[in-house]
Amino acid sequence: MDPQRMPGIRPGRLDEDTLAAHFSDLHAPLTPHEALVAADRCYFCHDAPCVTACPTSIDIPLFIRQIATEQPKASAKTIFAQNILGGMCARVCPTETLCEEACVREAAEGRPVEIGRLQRFATDAMMAAGTHPFTRAAATGKHVAVVGAGPAGLACAHRLALKGHDVTLYDARPKAGGLNEYGIAAYKSTGDFAQAELDWLLAIGGITLRTGARLGAELSLDALRAEHDAVFLGIGLSGVNALEVDGAAREGVADAVDFIAELRQAQELSALPVGRNVVVLGGGMTAVDAAVQSKLLGAENVTIVYRRGQERMSASGFEQELAASKGVTLRFNARPVAVLGNGAVREVEFEYTEEGPDGLTGTGETFCIPADQVFRAIGQTLGDVPAGLTLERGKIRVDAEGFTGLEGVWAGGDCATGGDDLTVTAVAEGRDAAEAIHRALS
Amino acid sequence: MADIRGNFLGIKSPNPFWLASAPPTDKEYNVRRAFEAGWGGVVWKTLGLDPHVVNVNGPRYGAVWGADRRLLGLNNIELITDRPLEVNLREITSVKRDYPDRAVIVSLMVPCDEESWKGIIPLVEATGADGIELNFGCPHGMSERGMGSAVGQVPEYIEMVARWCKQATRMPVIVKLTPNITDIRYPARAAKAGGADAVSLINTVSSITSVNLDTFSPEPSIDGKGSHGGYCGPAVKPIALNMVAEIARDAETRGLPISGIGGVTTWRDAAEFIALGCGNVQVCTAAMTYGFRVVQEMIAGLEAWMDEKGHACLDDIIGRAVPNVTDWQYLNLNYVAKAKIDQDLCISCGRCFAACEDTSHQAIAMKEGRVFEVKDDECVACNLCVNVCPVEGCIEMVPMQAGETDPRTGRIVEDTYANWTMHPNNPGRVAAE
Ligand SMILES: Cc1cc2nc3c(=O)[nH]c(=O)nc-3n(C[C@H](O)[C@H](O)[C@H](O)COP(=O)(O)OP(=O)(O)OC[C@H]3O[C@@H](n4cnc5c(N)ncnc54)[C@H](O)[C@@H]3O)c2cc1C
Ligand SMILES: Cc1cc2nc3c(=O)[nH]c(=O)nc-3n(C[C@H](O)[C@H](O)[C@H](O)COP(=O)(O)O)c2cc1C
Ligand code: SF4
Ligand code: SF4
Ligand code: SF4
Repeated sequence: MDPQRMPGIRPGRLDEDTLAAHFSDLHAPLTPHEALVAADRCYFCHDAPCVTACPTSIDIPLFIRQIATEQPKASAKTIFAQNILGGMCARVCPTETLCEEACVREAAEGRPVEIGRLQRFATDAMMAAGTHPFTRAAATGKHVAVVGAGPAGLACAHRLALKGHDVTLYDARPKAGGLNEYGIAAYKSTGDFAQAELDWLLAIGGITLRTGARLGAELSLDALRAEHDAVFLGIGLSGVNALEVDGAAREGVADAVDFIAELRQAQELSALPVGRNVVVLGGGMTAVDAAVQSKLLGAENVTIVYRRGQERMSASGFEQELAASKGVTLRFNARPVAVLGNGAVREVEFEYTEEGPDGLTGTGETFCIPADQVFRAIGQTLGDVPAGLTLERGKIRVDAEGFTGLEGVWAGGDCATGGDDLTVTAVAEGRDAAEAIHRALS
Repeated sequence: MADIRGNFLGIKSPNPFWLASAPPTDKEYNVRRAFEAGWGGVVWKTLGLDPHVVNVNGPRYGAVWGADRRLLGLNNIELITDRPLEVNLREITSVKRDYPDRAVIVSLMVPCDEESWKGIIPLVEATGADGIELNFGCPHGMSERGMGSAVGQVPEYIEMVARWCKQATRMPVIVKLTPNITDIRYPARAAKAGGADAVSLINTVSSITSVNLDTFSPEPSIDGKGSHGGYCGPAVKPIALNMVAEIARDAETRGLPISGIGGVTTWRDAAEFIALGCGNVQVCTAAMTYGFRVVQEMIAGLEAWMDEKGHACLDDIIGRAVPNVTDWQYLNLNYVAKAKIDQDLCISCGRCFAACEDTSHQAIAMKEGRVFEVKDDECVACNLCVNVCPVEGCIEMVPMQAGETDPRTGRIVEDTYANWTMHPNNPGRVAAE
């Protein structure tokens, strides 16, 4: 039998070559000539709108001009000066809703300058050369604890180290990188890029990495505050929203983020099990990533079901099209009411919804979708937070500089208020908090 | 359909597109294929006396490119033909016999003495060729031997050699001019004084296209050294157009037939040369870049434009722009224009703002929401914004009407014509009335 049609959750639905092709770069890197041509399209705008749209305010016209004049490493330095994870951001930023959406050529022709791919071209050039563009300032003798080695924590740690402070970077997981390592879709960050970027970033010096150290277990905020001159929290969102329907605990129902983490850590994709019929619940980037990667792993039918209308989906138009182009079915205005099956899941029952003055309501009409695997992608939540911090709408409340209000404690990234939950936003917040900490320590 | 047949000095060709003397016309094989592709004529690659010259065995060309490797300028250090004279003459005879309706001109460059010039001409006449072109233009190699531009830079020599040639032949004599000179009118006048029937221009411009920053050698590099070459292609067209216009409107050379050369790449380039007084055009780099087939676009484009504008034949357009080329001092200082931005076309890139604010007259306002507007009370109509705007037609220069007040100067726009020669600030002005 065709392995794709075999029921249940099983590995080896596709052969290694097909899998390798499926999980190769979503956007192929530009060749040097392509980069010159792409760079030539940039108008070097005055007070460029793309820069305004970039959460880290990279000087886009300048870095593109440096590519055009055949100085990709100088270009990379321009990028890294604002965004030390410019390499990852080049791969994962939803540019279609950020810089490229704002590009004047998008307005003019519907075809923006390929800022993301150009950024990758430049940053790849410097990382391939193995050089780190910055050197640390003289040691200040100050010591900062950074908790969480995701994009926010890494950006914060790097900027603090640059300023001459000593940093200890703690993370609960066995590997640093946060969602760069465990969350980003495999075809966006190929070739173990997250770890390569981490090693490159740490080359600034002055950062001691301690993995397997969890705030709330091995670490306490009080102790960290006592031992360090400042603390930055970049702990992301480690919880998930629960699925409150009948049968939610059936075998075959899992969190999309766990599936993705497993996929990102898999040595051999052909050994990774996936269902024949996969149903993904949710409407964000996580839902799309789980669905697309299930499909690429060899699931025969993959359906994303979102409870509201398409226009409310937080996954961008580009992401939705990507899903559709890979053969994922998108369904809207339906919410799960029961996960059915005899032991393991067999199908999911949905009810159509309507959006009215009273919010979302069910119409009473139902339908079923066969499923042997169901992924919850209905939102991540903040994990346990130490006492003394103020929460606001499920996040740690911070001011514009990332200060929590608790003396000596700053926070940023997904765990804190402000900004979208994006890699680039986390980088901006980590960097800015580092600047604020530096000012406070000077 | 417009009639684009050419008649230059009585030499007929089915269209005004000739291949310039250069590699495309270096041998029979090329020229036959060029004629098959549709070229109206050729100027055979320059002949010299035997023993023939030798070329370098390393790169002869250098180039300047746009971002997508569009060739914008080409530079060469090639010499005249490096094949025996007798071979070239035999091939010219054979080609002309088979293509009687095409123009075949033979380019010549021999040492600057009467005997050499008068000696080679009868050999050329015997081929049945339609005319000769005296190559006084080559700026590299040959000039070091007292030929090419070494002759073309001394008007007295031009006149002398032209006269020798006219005495020696009944064939039309075209003098090909070098642009490597400060005032192109002097060599043109000398050619005319020597009895030349026409001038052709420009030959290549002395140039170094680039320097290799690893080896510090100019490009193209031959064993680590480079020599200046001759620049041609799209980049030299503006230089050529100006030189053509100077000759077309000079009191002494007005009416002297001109064959226009330098960067002709499209029908439009050709039409511009013709409008500035050329009877035909010659093409080298465009053919070297794209192959002989480009002539088909040139022919079709020229015909289409002439049809659209109602020009029946080349005589209807030759020299039509010449009366509009004037000296700065005669430009109308009462003409006032203002830049105007079409807000529907504007894509808010801000380039006009950066240009005007930083380097011109601070006449563009950047308003809330990236709206860019011209301040009429500051705009001097310099056109810089138009030139830097990436959207064609987005900024227009709108002339002010007589009677309106220029908000920049507070003066009323007059409908009279007034130029610098009459201006009060001109110490040497001629009193009006
Ligand atoms: C599946 C998925 C796909 C995504 N795809 C994209 C994308 O394509 N583009 C994009 O821009 N964004 C994407 N995002 C969002 C993006 O990954 C996050 O916005 C970003 O990683 C947030 O960075 P962070 O540093 O705040 O948190 P994280 O990356 O989550 O890092 C937090 C770190 O803190 C550690 N930690 C947590 N709790 C503790 C604790 N108590 N003690 C010690 N350490 C702790 C974690 O182990 C982790 O390493 C995606 C998110 C997901 C879930
Ligand atoms: C490789 C090369 C060789 C040339 N050789 C000659 C030559 O032998 N005789 C000559 O009169 N002009 C020669 N020229 C100049 C061309 O005929 C022509 O004047 C010049 O290239 C400008 O025209 P273009 O811009 O169409 O190329 C040569 C040009 C090139 C590129
Ligand atoms: S908006 Fe587009 S064209 Fe303008 S500077 Fe940015 S990338 Fe370049
Ligand atoms: S024409 Fe010149 S002065 Fe006027 S707005 Fe444009 S750039 Fe400024
Ligand atoms: S240069 Fe042109 S497109 Fe750009 S802002 Fe000015 S008028 Fe608009």
